Amino acid sequence: MSAMQKLMGWIDDRLPLTATYKAHLSEYYAPKNFNFWYFFGSLALLVLVIQIVTGIFLTMNYKPDSELAFYSVEYIMRDVEWGWLIRYMHSTGASMFFVVVYLHMFRGLMYGSYRKPRELIWIFGVLIYLMLMAEAFLGYLLPWGQMSYWGAQVIVNLFAAVPVIGEDLSIWIRGDYVISDATLNRFFAFHVIALPLVLIALVVVHLVALHEVGSNNPDGVEIKKHKDPVTHIPLDGIPFHPYYTVKDIVGVVVFLMVFSAVLFFAPAMGGYFLEAANFVPADPLKTPEHIAPLWYFTPFYAILRAVPPLFGSQFPGVVAMGLSIVLMFFLPWLDRSKVKSIRYRGPIYKIFLAAFIVSFIGLGYLGLLPSTPVATIFAQVFSVIYFLFFLLMPWYTSIDKTKPEPERVTG
Amino acid sequence: MKRVKNFLFLLLAAPAVAMAAGGHSVPLDKAPVNLADNESLQRGARMFVNYCLNCHSAQAMRYSRLQDIGLTEDQIKDNLLFAAEKPGELMKVGMTKADGKAWFGATPPDLSVIARSRGADWLYTYLRSFYRDDTRATGWNNTVFDKVGMPHVMWSLQGEMVPVYKKEGEHEVIERLELAKPGSVTVAEYDAMVGDLVNYLVWMGEPAQVERKQLGVIVLLFLAGFFIIAYYLKKEFWKDVH
Repeated sequence: MSAMQKLMGWIDDRLPLTATYKAHLSEYYAPKNFNFWYFFGSLALLVLVIQIVTGIFLTMNYKPDSELAFYSVEYIMRDVEWGWLIRYMHSTGASMFFVVVYLHMFRGLMYGSYRKPRELIWIFGVLIYLMLMAEAFLGYLLPWGQMSYWGAQVIVNLFAAVPVIGEDLSIWIRGDYVISDATLNRFFAFHVIALPLVLIALVVVHLVALHEVGSNNPDGVEIKKHKDPVTHIPLDGIPFHPYYTVKDIVGVVVFLMVFSAVLFFAPAMGGYFLEAANFVPADPLKTPEHIAPLWYFTPFYAILRAVPPLFGSQFPGVVAMGLSIVLMFFLPWLDRSKVKSIRYRGPIYKIFLAAFIVSFIGLGYLGLLPSTPVATIFAQVFSVIYFLFFLLMPWYTSIDKTKPEPERVTG
Repeated sequence: MKRVKNFLFLLLAAPAVAMAAGGHSVPLDKAPVNLADNESLQRGARMFVNYCLNCHSAQAMRYSRLQDIGLTEDQIKDNLLFAAEKPGELMKVGMTKADGKAWFGATPPDLSVIARSRGADWLYTYLRSFYRDDTRATGWNNTVFDKVGMPHVMWSLQGEMVPVYKKEGEHEVIERLELAKPGSVTVAEYDAMVGDLVNYLVWMGEPAQVERKQLGVIVLLFLAGFFIIAYYLKKEFWKDVH
């Protein structure tokens, strides 16, 4: 026995290292027919690591103080060695996180990855998405620019729209009557430690649940139904390592090329990743002409604005916005189709999914614009389609004419 | 409670109101930005220190960083250090925020990242659009920034512009500006000087941007090479998957 084997034996007697490696990598059998859409899970993990590592270095130089915050970011951009690179990695990473996560969620919708037995994977996924939105919102206050300040003001004021307790609630969140130094400090604490911890825990649970039931695939059939009688390995499964590790490296390289193209040549991405107005230090006395949230929030912001106020209160809009996310949790039970994958679904589901995607992107676009009467009507139509996609799902998925699923995965 | 609700409503409606109130914007001229032109950047830096850095600070910017645009430390010391002792200092000004507010109605903004918030074209057009307006306390107004608190600092260079009006419905609007009293330089020379200044402001908005783009090319080339290796590695491993 070599020294290495001895060492591994010693460790394995005390910690399930080899067993864990096997269970999650070398003997985790993934369907062999993953396509383009299956890159985004591992890419999301990559971006999470990028955000945590760059975040640690930013924390070393950033000052969570309303007097110093804005210029401490500029100090990072100018005087800290490679500070500009670290900061742009973090700001580009924030937007790319949402790009990757939205594509990952779309994959789930297309291939029915949320269906039995993967309901918990989906629920933890939606929780991750929620945490990510909270994390992005909190982090956006830290540069302490005009958009940081007024964006936070608008969002925290949404809580003030809650009847009876609203006003106290919003003061409790801010720690002050307006967004102030106290708010900046607590947002910093939540952004750099509280939410990242929750996020990592949720990602672990998401993966553990995934590896318990096994990955879905573009055909939406269970590879565990057909196992080799001797080895009990799924006939359509291949070990995650090395097959999907080498494949994901290709995906990672392509992703990093896109990431680098943005980071090095257009870090502000025309004002969508870094807003021009955020290069003006926060001024509590001067409301900017147009307050637009960052692009990844705009679909929900558009839903909020689409709902007319009731008795002068914006509460119905806030409820609609909350509901638009809460509905996602129920997806596994709303879908009554006999098949999982879009490949074997009928035309009705395809039409609803297409309308949903168009509405979501349409809402995202409208959320960037100042509201006008015409834009509001469009936003209302898109919002209705968004909700109908979920609310009518039990009906249209059960009457839809599906094609028979294959027994085994196809190509 | 009601006040907060009203405030919230106002905030949500603010974009629409703002658009209705002052949606007017002038077409902007294209600024001649060329960050590879060190001489232009140096001329711009001199303009900045002479004309801007009395009221406006650039507190994120160190004088010594001007070495990036080809100036030596001695050149910086001898020619540009009016408001500081050492090249390592930040570009701050003596005027306090309160003074600025009292004298101009608003504190002159820090210019460190002004090109990133306003954009080069806006700055280029703004600095060439001052005109005589006796209704203003400073005697100056601006077609890009109506009722601006800032006087025309470079008037001795550009000269005095006066507005030419045209009728639009019932209102008289400014059609264009006309040079009434020529300054010490020609129109073309003034445009070039402002061009240099804006070029400098764009550079100062992010001094690392030249290095950033150079590094980006190297990173992308590396990734392109890595892609080829990764692609064939994947192909090799997947040979036995059928």
